[in-house]
Parts: sequence; C-alpha cells; structure tokens
Amino acid sequence: MIAAQKAPASARRRLRLPLAGIIGAGIVAFWVLMAIIGPYIAPHDVGALIDNDLFGRMRWGLPLGSDYLGRDVLSRILVGTRYSIGVAAAATFLAILMGGTLGMLAAVSRSAVDMVLSRFFDMLISIPSKMSALVVIAALGSSIPVLIATVAVIYTPGAFRIWRALSVNVNALDFVEVARARGEGTAYLIREEILPNILGPVLTDFGLRFVFAILLLSSLSFLGLGIQPPNADWGSLVRENINGLADGALAVVMPSFAIATLTIGINLVIDNLPGRWSSTGER
Amino acid sequence: MAPVVKVEGLRVTARDGRGQQNVIVNDVSFEVNSGEIIALIGESGSGKTTIALSLMGYARSGTRIAGGKVTFDRREILSLTQRELSSLRGRDIAYVPQSAAASFNPAKPLLKQVIESSQIHRVMAPAEARAKAVSLFRELGLPNPELLGTRFPHQVSGGQLQRLLAAMALVTDPKLIIFDEPTTALDVTTQIEVLRVFKKAIKERGRTAVYVSHDLAVVAQMADRIIVLRDGAIQEVNATQYILTAPKSDYTRTLLAAAEPQARAVTRQASGTAAASVIEVKNIVAGYGARDREGFPAVPILRDVSLAIRPGTTLGVIGESGSGKSTLARVIAGLLPAARGEVQLNGVALPKSAAARTRDQLRRIQIVFQMADTALNPARPIGRILGRPLEFYHGLRGARRARRVAELLEMVRLPATMAERYPGELSGGQKQRINLARALAAEPSLILCDEVTSALDTVVGAAILDLLVELQRELGIAYLFISHDLSTVKAICDEVMILYAGQIMEHGTRGALCQRPLHPYSELLISSVPELRQGWLEGISETVLKEASGGIVRRAGAACSFFERCSLRIPGRCDVEPTPLRRFSKGADIRCQRTETELIELAAQRDANEISGRPEISEPRDFGPGRGAQLIAW
Amino acid sequence: MAMLTLGFVSMAVFAGTEILPGDVAEAVLGQNATPEAVAGLRHALHLDYPAHIRYFLWLIGIFSGDAGRSLANNLPVTELIASRLPNSLMLASVTAVVSVPIALTLGISSAIWRGSFFDRAASFLTMSVVAMPEFLIATLAVIIFAVNLRWFPALSYAAGMVSINQFFNQFALPVFTLSCVLIALMMRMTRAAVIDTLRSPYIEMAVLKGARPIRLVLTHALPNAIGPIANAVALSLSYLLGGTVVVEIVFGYPGLARLLVDAVSNRDMPVVQACVMIVCSAYLFLVILADIAGVLSNPRLRYR
Ligand SMILES: Nc1ncnc2c1ncn2[C@@H]1O[C@H](COP(=O)(O)OP(=O)(O)OP(=O)(O)O)[C@@H](O)[C@H]1O
Ligand code: SF4
Ligand SMILES: [Mg+2]
Repeated sequence: MIAAQKAPASARRRLRLPLAGIIGAGIVAFWVLMAIIGPYIAPHDVGALIDNDLFGRMRWGLPLGSDYLGRDVLSRILVGTRYSIGVAAAATFLAILMGGTLGMLAAVSRSAVDMVLSRFFDMLISIPSKMSALVVIAALGSSIPVLIATVAVIYTPGAFRIWRALSVNVNALDFVEVARARGEGTAYLIREEILPNILGPVLTDFGLRFVFAILLLSSLSFLGLGIQPPNADWGSLVRENINGLADGALAVVMPSFAIATLTIGINLVIDNLPGRWSSTGER
Repeated sequence: MAPVVKVEGLRVTARDGRGQQNVIVNDVSFEVNSGEIIALIGESGSGKTTIALSLMGYARSGTRIAGGKVTFDRREILSLTQRELSSLRGRDIAYVPQSAAASFNPAKPLLKQVIESSQIHRVMAPAEARAKAVSLFRELGLPNPELLGTRFPHQVSGGQLQRLLAAMALVTDPKLIIFDEPTTALDVTTQIEVLRVFKKAIKERGRTAVYVSHDLAVVAQMADRIIVLRDGAIQEVNATQYILTAPKSDYTRTLLAAAEPQARAVTRQASGTAAASVIEVKNIVAGYGARDREGFPAVPILRDVSLAIRPGTTLGVIGESGSGKSTLARVIAGLLPAARGEVQLNGVALPKSAAARTRDQLRRIQIVFQMADTALNPARPIGRILGRPLEFYHGLRGARRARRVAELLEMVRLPATMAERYPGELSGGQKQRINLARALAAEPSLILCDEVTSALDTVVGAAILDLLVELQRELGIAYLFISHDLSTVKAICDEVMILYAGQIMEHGTRGALCQRPLHPYSELLISSVPELRQGWLEGISETVLKEASGGIVRRAGAACSFFERCSLRIPGRCDVEPTPLRRFSKGADIRCQRTETELIELAAQRDANEISGRPEISEPRDFGPGRGAQLIAW
Repeated sequence: MAMLTLGFVSMAVFAGTEILPGDVAEAVLGQNATPEAVAGLRHALHLDYPAHIRYFLWLIGIFSGDAGRSLANNLPVTELIASRLPNSLMLASVTAVVSVPIALTLGISSAIWRGSFFDRAASFLTMSVVAMPEFLIATLAVIIFAVNLRWFPALSYAAGMVSINQFFNQFALPVFTLSCVLIALMMRMTRAAVIDTLRSPYIEMAVLKGARPIRLVLTHALPNAIGPIANAVALSLSYLLGGTVVVEIVFGYPGLARLLVDAVSNRDMPVVQACVMIVCSAYLFLVILADIAGVLSNPRLRYR
C-alpha cells in the first residue's frame, strides 16, 4: 500500500514554487539568457585593452571596471557565460544520456546485465573526479571537446546510480509487469513505462549534476587546466585576476559572484521543488 | 458515571494534492463508556483511523483537526499542549496500529520497545517493567516469553508481532486502548488466535477499548457497540447484536449483504465433460533465487502443481500468504520461468518465458493484479493504457482504436470520457475496472486474476465480482481466480484448489469443498473464517486453535508440508513418505496419507469430543458426517 | 570485492597512462638523444615488453613497495610519496577530526528541529557552501583571515613541526577551507538520512507512545540512519584525499595532490600511477569501513 501511495503522480500538474524557488528560477533564467545573447550585448571586444588603469574601478562605460590587462570585465564575463554554462550543460547532458540510458537498461534487464553494469560503475565511481580529470587532461591537453568528454565520463557513474535506483523502484510496480507479460520489448519498457515516471527526480538530478559540472570546470580553469586563453570562462577569469584579490578588485569578485549566484540559484530551485521531484545526489 | 471518552462535533480536514482543504471527518459525536469495547466500522476512506487518532490528539501530516471537542478522562484533549499530549499518549491512551511489521523499529530489540512507554513516562522501574512485559508475553500466548524480548522484529512472525504490539499497549495499564485494524494484515488462521488473546486481555482487565475495522465479522466478535461510518459521518450507532440482526440504516444493510456474498457463478455443464482445457499446467516446480546446475531454484516455492481450466469456467486458488498463489500466476504468464513442468495452452506447450512466446500466445493469457494503483502507469491517460494492447495485438490505430477503447470502457461499465483521464484521478474500484478492460482488450481466452478484489472495499469488490461473472457469461473467458478469501472464491468459482506451502492440498468442484471428508488443512481454513454472528470466536474448537497457531513451515522433499500443524498426522509416515494425491468419491483430489474412510471417522470423533468437551456451545456445529451432504453453509 | 575493484582500478590507471601519446623515453631524454640512448632507456623502463607484461611487473612492484623511479628527477617514487603522504594525512586527519563531529551534530540537530529558523538558516548556509567552488572559499578565507585580519600567513608549508603556534598557523586556513566544504556536505547528507527514517511508521508509533522529538531522533531514527550516515562520512572523507588539489595549490601546501598535479604536468607516469592507486585504495578502505558500520547497526544483517 505504501508503494501504491508513493507511485509518482502525473507530471502534468502545474508546478507551484515557494518564493525562494522563484528567485532561484529567475537567477538561472537570467544566466541562461546571458549564455545565449551575452556575446551580442557585450559592450566591448573581449580582447581589447581599453583601460590604461589595471584593475580599474567601475565607471561610466566600464560598469564592472577593468582587469589585469585593462580589458572590460563586464564583456569578459558576458562572453565567459557561454563557456561556463555551455560546456557544463553539454557535459551533463552527455553524462545523463549515457548514465541514464544504461541505468534504465540495467533496471529493466535481467539480473546478470544489471550486475555487470552496476559493478562496473561502482568501480569507476571509486576514482575521485578531480584526479581522473587531471590525468586525462594532462594526457590529451585541454580543449573544449576534451573537457566536455572528460566531465561527461566523470559524472556518468553517478547518473547511472541514480537513474538505476529510480528505475528499479518503478520497475517493481505492477504496470511494468503487465507490459512485460504483454510481450513488450526493453525499448518500449524504458520509453513508455519507466521514463515518464521518473522524469521529475531525474530533472532534479540533472540540475545537481550540472552544478557539480560547473564547479569542477571552474576549478579546472582556476588551476589553468580548463578553458584555454584567449577564451575564458568564469573560472579562468578568477585565475587571471587573482592578483587583484587583495584589493578586492571587481575583476576577481564579479566572476566569483557569477559562479556562486548560478549554482546557488539552481540549488534554490531544486530545494524548493515539491517532494515528488526530489532525488538524492552525491558530489 | 461519566464516559471515558466523549467526542462532540469532531471535524477533520485534509489537504489534497492540489492544496485544497477537504473535510474527511464531519461532525462526529459519540461516547465510550468505561469497560466497553466500541467498534468503528466503515470502508477505506471513511475516516476510521483519523477519528481514532484524534482521540489521542494526533493528526497525520497533511490532516488537521479543524473543530469539535474530545474529552478524555475529564480533560479537553484538543486544547492540550504538545508536551501534555505526549505525557498522555502511551500512558493513559495506547494505540495498536495495523501493520505490526512496520511499527516496530527494526534496529532495536523487542523488549526495549515493548517497555519504552513505561520508561518514557517513568511509571515503573526498568526491572519491574521487564517483568511485567514477560508476564504479558506469557498471557498473550507468545512462545518462549523469557527470551522473546531479546529478539529483533524481523526474527518474529507477523501474528506474534501483532501480539507484541498489544503487550506494548498494555504495559502501562492505560485507561483506553485503540486498536486500528490489528488483524487486517494477518491470515485468517493467524487472526483467530490474535483476536482471542486481545479479547481476553481487554475483558479480564475491564479495559475500555476502541476497535477500528472494516470487517463486520471480526467486529461482531470483539465489540459491545458498533459505530458505522461512511465518508467521515456516522450512519448508525447501536449494540452489536442489533446492528447484526436489526440494522436501521440502509448503508449498514449494504455492508451486511456484502459481507455474505451469494454464489454468483452459474453452474455450467456438469463437471467431467470432455471439453478440452484452455490451459493445462503439468507438474510445475518453480521458485526464486539462484538456480543450481539442473536449473533448480534455491528457494523452491511451487512443488509439483498441476491444474486444468476449461473454457468459460473459473478455477479458484486459495491459500495463506506466501503459499505461492501469485507465483503460480507468474509462472503461467511466463514472468517467472518454471524450473520443471510445462504449461499448455489449448494443448500446445508454451515456452517457459514470456519473451519466447509468440504474440498470439501472449494475447490469450492476460493478468490482472491486486494493487489497482500500481498496475496502471500513472503518467499515461486511460485511453493510451487501453489502446496499447489493441495496437500491440490487433494492430488497431487511430479512430478504430478510439472506438474500441470506448467499447471496452462500456464493457466495464465506465463512461467513454474516462479515456482522457489519468489513473491518479480514479477511485480504486474504477482503476480495477480499467485493469480488467486492459486485459479484455487483448481478447484473451484466460485471465489470471491475482487478488483482484483484496485491496478494495467489500461493496466495491462485490461489484467487480459481478462484472467478472457477467463478462464470463458474455465472452466465455476462463479465469484463474487467486484469493486468500474463502467467501470471494466461493462466490464465483466452479472449481477450487487449496494451496499450502506450494503444494496442492485439495482440488475439486465448489460443491465438493462443502462436503466431508475434507483435507485437514481445508478443514482448518474453512473453520478459521470469522462468521457474522456473536460468539463465533468463543466457540472455536481447541484443535482448530492449535492448528491455527502454527505458521507455514517449508519442508524439503515430497513429504506433507502441513505435518507440523496437522492434528491428524501420523508421525514416521506423513513426515517421511511422499504424500499421495488421491481422488475421493466426492469428486476431489486430496493430498493426504489418511484414506477417505479414515478422514471421515476422525472428523466424526473430533466433533463428538468437541461437543462433549465444551458444553457452553449450545448448538452443535452444523456439520457432521452423519448429516451427509451439504455441510458447511456456502 | 574490494580487491577486485582495486584490481580493476589499477588496470584502468595503467591503461589510462598507457594510451597517453608520445614515447616516454624520448620525452625524458629530449629531442636530440641518440637512438642508442633511447633504446637503452626503453629497456631499463621495460618499455620493450608488451603492455600486459609491463602491467604485471608494475603491479608486483607496487605491492612490494617499489613503484619505480620518477621520470622527472629519477628519485624513487616511494621516496617522493613518503615525503608528501604524511603532510596529506595530517591535513586530512586534522580536518576530519574538526569537521565530522560538527557536521553530525549540526545535521542531527537540524533534523530534530526541522522547519525551525535554525534549520532553515543552516540549510541555506550549507547549500551556499556546497554550491561554491573551493577556490572561492579558499580565496575568501585568505582575504578575510590573512589579508584583512592578518591572523594567519596566507601560505602554509609543513617544514618540520616547530611549535604549537606555528603548527596552528600552518594548518588553520587549509583546514578551515576544507572543513567548510566537508561540514556542509556531511551535514546535508546526515540531515537527509535522519529525516528519511523519520517518515517510517515506527516513528509515528513512537509519537503515539508519548516520545518527544529529541527522543524520536536520537533513539528511534538515528540507529536506523547509521548506515547511510556512515556512507556519507566515508564519501566526504574520501574527498579529503583526492579533492584537496585546489586547496593545496591556493595555500601552497606540499601534499599528495600537489605532487600529483606536478607529476601530471611533467608526464611523470610512475608517480601518477602510484598516487592514484593510493587515493583509490584509501577510498575503498573507507567504503568498506562504512559498510561494516552499516551492517553492525542493522540487526537484520547482523543476525540472520
Ligand atoms: N521475487 C522474489 N524473490 C524471492 N522470493 C520471493 C519473491 N517473490 C515471492 N517470493 C517468496 O515466495 C513465496 C510465495 O510468494 P507468493 O507471492 O507466490 O505468495 P502468495 O500466496 O501470492 O502470497 P500473498 O497472499 O501474500 O499474495 C513467499 O515466501 C515469498 O516471500
Ligand atoms: S498427510 Fe498427514 S500430516 Fe499431512 S495432512 Fe494428511 S494427515 Fe496431516
Ligand atoms: Mg499474492
């Protein structure tokens, strides 16, 4: 009976978010918009040295001041948005595509397939994410495709675990058994019976994993192993301008602020979603 | 004397999924007098549990006590603070919940949990509490009372846990005990003993109790007065005997009628005609867990089960929980490949697993599950749920499919507009109709019905049974009808098979099951079903009680699995030799070492003993070999 | 099982470093090395053997305490690691000692008073910390404590333990940063685990026996949440070994992670392999400990 009550309700009902959730959603929407239109509304060319002052204060025409070479910070952040969000989103998407598909497959398949896949990913998960990232990037050099692929592979085992756990719960319900008795194939079971019923938690998981990806990528950039110059994401902006830290230069504060608002915004949305959307994520 | 509990104008509201407030208990008033057992009876959703909990000032999350007054022991419960309520709960009012297994903390030993409330409220020293608990264990007929307390919940059976809950409630000598469906999760055989010890414990102490249940027959044994509830409002309050014999409200009459189902099945052609079977199951062995080299499962459940069902007839399968009923259905549907034996459809052997069967073979066997809620994909509208088998088996698409969906909905007496709704918006009975419609969509020859009415209320369940019978008459479908409830099975089945620990114990026509001689287990099962009259519980014979108190013990090999509990056993033979399955002259197969004549004689002796040994039973049991044919009032 | 996993990890590590482009011998000797010198070095490094044989040679080496020589400075890898491992262990254990009790206390108290102001404030705070990259926390710590308040030096270096005072100074900021992240992570997971068990029917039963909130959490929910909590702790602590890269770099702390980063940028494969093996074994060890704690706390698994 307990299981019956926990059965996921249809996802069609309108979402109602508390205020904190709405604020979070607003922040996230803002940054996503910036990722799309940022480069077009940037007031200056990202590479242009326009200020004679290094770490210039904010003033008319340079609303966020200038960086360690005298470039416009606002423009650099706006253009960097695309790298920060784009690479993380692509990597998360790939991770979920691989981990999620395999996770659902493991849940609906026979125990042998499930066991092999689960064991395999259990092993992968035991390699700390930053280490594997470092090793791969050292080996292959840092480029956007390599970054996306590396981060995707790193988060695949985690995605696999959660998707599998959620699918196993749904798979135990009678309607899947009915479909199986009807003679439906694995693809149908996954597409029609499992996926629609785990959509809520799985979107939440996407959000969490996206946050982790942003954190990992910006840490890599901070170490100089992420997005390579002349391109720059938020992490690289912090690194470039780290010398301005002591004076509290906007050039280092603002990119940090950007990262923090985006990730906190996503977390606010996730934390305030109704219960049936929730999933538990690990870093 | 003032009543122990006085409830006036109680009103409870609940927030539903969309955040709206619904009234779930409306203007309920009643009193419970000292030393009285009062029953709250009603179907699911009638607010029984909610009312019982509000006597303790407790509202489940999502619900709220919105108005009214509850006076307990001259204190106004609803205006007490949380702290005052805590000091009342467990000391003056104790609660015995429905699911014992879920209500014990799995991580703590039993004794600690049993005496916990006495320690929270500091009513006695730990040593004293422990001694009291042990004496309660003894009184409640629990085995090994000294050591039981050191065990953990998972090491104890469901019936024992339920009695431990009663001990937990009694340890502080509360003024009021609330029982919330304490036996609903138990098998009938287990239920008897639990009911008896509960009643004895309450009566001997002169305790006041509120007994919540949906089962009239059970309540008839326990209560002095009955409150009939429907949709959160009181329908009728009266002494038990009047409710049973002279109900005033129409609703009570419906409940009484539904509690004693009439036979629905039209008796078709005389048994034994040579109509070919739709399905024939031969010597199935199946189970769970890893398989050894010969494909034999680590946990064998079904042992050598065979059956056959003719077109348009119903075979009922009954047995206690865990006897392997669902496993049997899963084997036939190909969801659990059998280790041995074979399943034949119209004389053709079917591949063991569903994946290997042809689409047409799959179409002919459909399955309907017990839990209507979980059997429908909550993310898909009804039209799509019903449309899929049409498309899958018959290639119907577009408008033709939609038309057929509407026809199917009509067949199960639902409006065609239902197709656009989602399962979450339907009631339990409606969902079960959709489940049935989905099975019908395939146009099957056989439907496996696994406990299709068990999760439903009696009235709703009765309607589903009617529908099943009508559909059978119209479409000539055969059913394998699985249930743990004798009265449901007797209402619609042509043949009945009694399963115990994965072995067939008795298999015969419905009529044959009403005739002696019966297999010892059938006898136990039949006499364990509560009857709708007062005094039934007191009149149960010692033999039945003794047999009822044992649990299923799985034995390896071909020896009789009922041996541990059987009162007619022959030690050295029943537990060693393979048990023969014999055809008796009444037309049933019985698996027992005892022969037909032996069984008749032994049953006669037993009845004689009982009558002489228990003079308090005024009327003799209405069956005995001397009377011959129709014995148990089906 | 753990041994199997470790075997698998070793293979993955070996294969991973194996597919790196470029010939190690040439890389080490530089562009203008004579072919003979390259061949000699290849032989010395067993590079002329097929991969699977080299794998086993390497594995045997690792288990007998001989992880080869660093390609960068020709020092034995064991020695290099021995010089760094104590630093890392020290940092990890100090952080663990600081953060585990705080995190558990906070997590459990939030669960007891869930929904209260304290709970919501703690939730928001920890969420923000989890959502921030470590380098941000580290730099913030530097700004506040080292630059503005001048309490501690911004860089730490474990060059021999001189005095308590110095010891404290060296560790304070790295430990602070790591603890922030760790406490936030563990506290959230602890809270979630406890609250999850609070939904069980036996908790409702305990309420109806008259138990008050503190008792509910401490004696009823907690024993059943030990398994998940132990897992959360293990997961977080394993992060202390592999995830400290950023902190070690910001504070110039000579730990294992720095060694690894340096080795990675020098393509110093024997060092990389050894470091990764150490970190993975530590992780597996922690996971096993957590599993044991889970079994011990669960009577279902303890007695059959
Ligand atoms: N997937 C499974 N793995 C292992 N054991 C199982 C599995 N499913 C059922 N069992 C066991 O098989 C036995 C028979 O189960 P089955 O579901 O067939 O009983 P049932 O007669 O239908 O009981 P109920 O009346 O409770 O539905 C039980 O002991 C059960 O614990
Ligand atoms: S075989 Fe023996 S033990 Fe089994 S039912 Fe018959 S008499 Fe009882
Ligand atoms: Mg069943």
